[in-house]
Amino acid sequence: MKYFIALLLGAAVGAAVFIVAVAYNPLLETQQVSPLTVTDARTAVFSYSAVPSDNLVLTNDGLQRRDPWPEDVLQLWERPIRQSEVMATVLHDARNQPAGLGIKFSSSSERTRVLNGELLVDSAWYIYVPGRGSLFVEQYENYWDYTRDIVIPAYRSSANAWKGNWLGNLTAGPGSLRTARVTGGSGEFAGHEMIGSESLIMKVWSVDDGAALAEGRLIIELPEIDVTDADQT
Amino acid sequence: MAEPRCDHAGNLTKLADNGLIWLELLRGGKILFKTFLIGIVLGVVAAASTLYAVPLVDQYRESSIIAVAINGGTTEEFHVNIPMDRIMIGAGDQAATLPEGMAWPDSELFANVRTELFKVRNARDTVIGIASRTAVREAEVDVIDWVIHLPARGSLFVSMAPQPQQGGYRVGAIEKGTREFEKLSGEISERWVADTTGEEGAPAGRLELNASYIGELEPLE
Repeated sequence: MKYFIALLLGAAVGAAVFIVAVAYNPLLETQQVSPLTVTDARTAVFSYSAVPSDNLVLTNDGLQRRDPWPEDVLQLWERPIRQSEVMATVLHDARNQPAGLGIKFSSSSERTRVLNGELLVDSAWYIYVPGRGSLFVEQYENYWDYTRDIVIPAYRSSANAWKGNWLGNLTAGPGSLRTARVTGGSGEFAGHEMIGSESLIMKVWSVDDGAALAEGRLIIELPEIDVTDADQT
Repeated sequence: MAEPRCDHAGNLTKLADNGLIWLELLRGGKILFKTFLIGIVLGVVAAASTLYAVPLVDQYRESSIIAVAINGGTTEEFHVNIPMDRIMIGAGDQAATLPEGMAWPDSELFANVRTELFKVRNARDTVIGIASRTAVREAEVDVIDWVIHLPARGSLFVSMAPQPQQGGYRVGAIEKGTREFEKLSGEISERWVADTTGEEGAPAGRLELNASYIGELEPLE
C-alpha cells in the first residue's frame, strides 16, 4: 500500500512539475509587439475599453469571469454557442473621440494546444466607421502570454489580483506576420484587403472579475485612400 | 560468572536484530524512494500525453443542414425568431434600446446607424450561432451588413443593398468567409416573414437568411 501511495505522490509531483515547466518555458515566448506598430504604411488605430461595464453590450454563457453587461442581456447558454462571447463597443480614435462602432465575436478555438503555448480564441470584428464604411477583421488570438504574465501571478497573489503595465499583442494569425486579415465591406473600404492586429494594455486584473482597468487596441493598415482623423501616419 | 556472559550475549543478539531491522528498513526506504521517482516520471509522461491527446476545447456542433442547389453549389437556411432571439438593438432614432440599461451613444456620428445582435437558428430551429446586422443610411454609405458567427464552423461577412427586391428579399454577396467558409463565395438573402399562426408564445415573425455557397474550382488531376 505504501508503495502505491508513493507512486501516486510521485505522479502528482511529476505532473505538477511538467505543467510548471510548460507554463514557464522560455522557448514558448510569443511575440509581444505587433509588427504594425513599426509599419511605414498608413494605419487606423481604434481603442476600446476591455472592461465589460464600459461596453455597450457584452454577453456570454453567464458562467465566465467576465459577467454579461448589462445584467438583463440575453445570455448565450445554448450548447453550440456556450463557449462564445459577443461584445458591442464604441471605438475611439487616437484623440479618444468616438470614431466607430465595433462588434467582436469570440469563441474558444479547437486548435488550442497547451504544449505549443497556444491558448487560442477564434474571433471576428465587425467595424463600422461613420461616413467611411465597414470593415471585417478575421483573426485568431493567443492568450498564452496573457495567462502566464497576468492570470497566474494574480492567482498567486494574496490579494487575488494583478497590477502593473502589460502590453501584449493578442493577434496570432492567420497572417504570416501574426496579423489579422481585414476585408473592406462598404464605403471607401469596399473591395480592399488589408491587415490588422489587436493588442491589449492591462493595468488591473482580479481573479473575481477579470479586467478592471484595461484597454484594447486595433491597428489596421489602410489601403491608399483619403486620410482622416482616425488615421495616424 | 556465566550469567553476566549470557546477558552480554543477549544484548549483542538484540543489537544485531535491531541492526538487521534498520538495514531492512533502509532497503525498503530505497525501494519506496525509487517508487516515488518512477511516479514522477509516470506523472510527467501522463501529463504530456493528456495535454497532447485530449483536446482542451471541443466546440459542440449541430449537423449542418445543407442542400444541393439545382444549378450547382449548396444552400443553407438560417433564421432568427423575433423578438426572442434578439440580444441587442441600438439605433440613434430609437427611444427604447435593448437590453435595458444599455447606453447607446448619443453622438451624431451614430444617428443613422442601427445595430442588432441576434442568436441564429438552423432549419431545425436550434440555436447554432450569433449574428450582427448593421443598417446604415448615410450619404456616403447606404448598406446592410451581416456577420454570422458559427463557433464550430467559422464566420460569414455579407454586405447587401438596403433596397428589397421582388418578394421582399434583400440580397448581398459573401464578402468574406473564415475557416470552413474560407474558400466559399456566393450570396445570402434576407427576408422578413411575419407569423401567421397566431399561436400563444409564437414569435412575431422571423428573419430568414438563405445562403447559397459556391465552392472554389479545383484543378482536375
